[in-house]
Amino acid sequence: MVGNVHLYDIDNIDTDRIIPGKYTKTLDMSTFANHCLEDLDPDFKNKVQQGDILVGGWNFGCGSSREQAPIALKVSGISIVIARSFSRIFYRNAINIGLPILEIPEHNISNDSRLLIELESGKVVDGNTKYSSTPLPQIMIDILNAGGLVSYLKNHKTYSL
Amino acid sequence: MGQTITEKILSTHAGHDVKAGELTIVDVDSAMASDTTAPLALKAFKEMGGVKPWNPEKTIFVIDHAAPAPNERIANLHKQMREFAKRTHSILYDEGSGICHQIMVEEEHVKPGQLVIGADSHSVTYGALGAFSTGVGSTDLAAIMLTGKTWLKVPESIQIILNGKPNPGITAKDIILEIVGRIGLNGATYKSLEYSGTTLNTLSLGDRMTIANMAVEMGGKSGLFETTGLKLPYDFEPVLPDPDAEYSQSIIIDVSTIRPKIAKPHSPDNICDIDDVIGTKIDMAFIGTCTNGRLEDLQLASSIMKGKQLAPNVRMLITPASRNILNQAMADGTMNVLSEAGATFIPPGCGPCVGTHLGIPGNDDVILSTANRNFPGRMGNPNSNVFLASPAVVAASALTGVITDPKENK
Ligand code: SF4
Repeated sequence: MVGNVHLYDIDNIDTDRIIPGKYTKTLDMSTFANHCLEDLDPDFKNKVQQGDILVGGWNFGCGSSREQAPIALKVSGISIVIARSFSRIFYRNAINIGLPILEIPEHNISNDSRLLIELESGKVVDGNTKYSSTPLPQIMIDILNAGGLVSYLKNHKTYSL
Repeated sequence: MGQTITEKILSTHAGHDVKAGELTIVDVDSAMASDTTAPLALKAFKEMGGVKPWNPEKTIFVIDHAAPAPNERIANLHKQMREFAKRTHSILYDEGSGICHQIMVEEEHVKPGQLVIGADSHSVTYGALGAFSTGVGSTDLAAIMLTGKTWLKVPESIQIILNGKPNPGITAKDIILEIVGRIGLNGATYKSLEYSGTTLNTLSLGDRMTIANMAVEMGGKSGLFETTGLKLPYDFEPVLPDPDAEYSQSIIIDVSTIRPKIAKPHSPDNICDIDDVIGTKIDMAFIGTCTNGRLEDLQLASSIMKGKQLAPNVRMLITPASRNILNQAMADGTMNVLSEAGATFIPPGCGPCVGTHLGIPGNDDVILSTANRNFPGRMGNPNSNVFLASPAVVAASALTGVITDPKENK
């Protein structure tokens, strides 16, 4: 998987900045694309293209439990989120809705990087530099492979470790 | 090796002993969703093949975040929640009942030693009762509605020992702002916070809720109190860690040294002593939210504002955390005092906390709020500046129009 990078190497990008609370009360998820990250970068919605990669700093997605945050990134076209670390609810939510995320604490990824990503192994190649992400627990790999928690439970009926 | 409170509660709900670091599947005692998260949870539940929740009496919905509905779109989401609850005999608290976390505790949907999951990040509030509780997103909640279970990693715990007696005018909010300032927004990520120490004997249930509530502002998975000194209207088994439990870190805080604390814009861990910001002009004062909208908070404000008037050019909004609190504040005269001072009452619920409706600030407005978060745009306008403080500081400042130490305002 190869994609353009949108780098926001800022710590503590919270769910209010990913999708403000005032827009979350709807089941029409496509509307989130108009407002995703608008308080951080009003131009994001014009720049982002299907398949792009979002790169954040430490504690990405902190704040509320709104699943609308990873959904907003997904409907905007983001195919994968890389961050130095994630808040735990965002981490779960992203996997549950089938949005792959990779935790890479130390990296020099820039806006000009063309990243080659092997999701299965969690490896990211940026030119001559190779990064390994923190491995996901098996249950999260199973949920992601199923396409998200809805299809995982539709098939499995309950959790297994 | 002994167990932390977290390990004890997760062990009883896993059906076998678990240690920090292990992944486990646990039985859930109650599940809660609000009008922000329930509609998406109901959609996911249906897509999973769910018809009726695993235990309707333990499935609780609260219409609080945008209630009463500000527009037809949200009104229709509320309607879906009502219809689902009615059809499945799940429990629903409708608009005006109050904030979900206040209701969960008041209506005894959570008790000491239980494991409760809410589709709202401040579900950590129930740690006040010595319960393990945490927030999840809508799809995780739908999965609990389907199976009665969830999976989680048993977190390591940070022990926080609160010793001493707070000085007059210092509240539980000042204590938790001090703790958030020390630990930082990211300092407890994936961890539990466990509170103990001699101060617990002076902390009410409401005080404990204020402190437990902000665990998530440090990234915490939960923030639990041992039940020492806790008084409840029913009998319960004490919840205590083993004396040889293992913590990843221990922090001792002498609460008698704490000054009134303020979180400056735009992060809850941007903490200073009030002395650094005294005199900052404010446009709006807000008392409410699941952190500080309880009767004792309103009473504290009324004791400061009695017989006085808001400063010119300051507006003040108050949202009681539940109808029960509103009724008590009416009965004991608290509401009269605050309304006569010029405050505007908003129906019990989240109100202006999350910027959906009611009391959205204007550009460059400075808001002094008792809430738990002040991220940019949190109250609905990214060009406003939100400071967080205790109800005493907010009330004293509303009278002067500038950030004021409540001690100076007697
Ligand atoms: S009062 Fe604010 S923080 Fe508490 S549940 Fe409501 S929106 Fe969330």
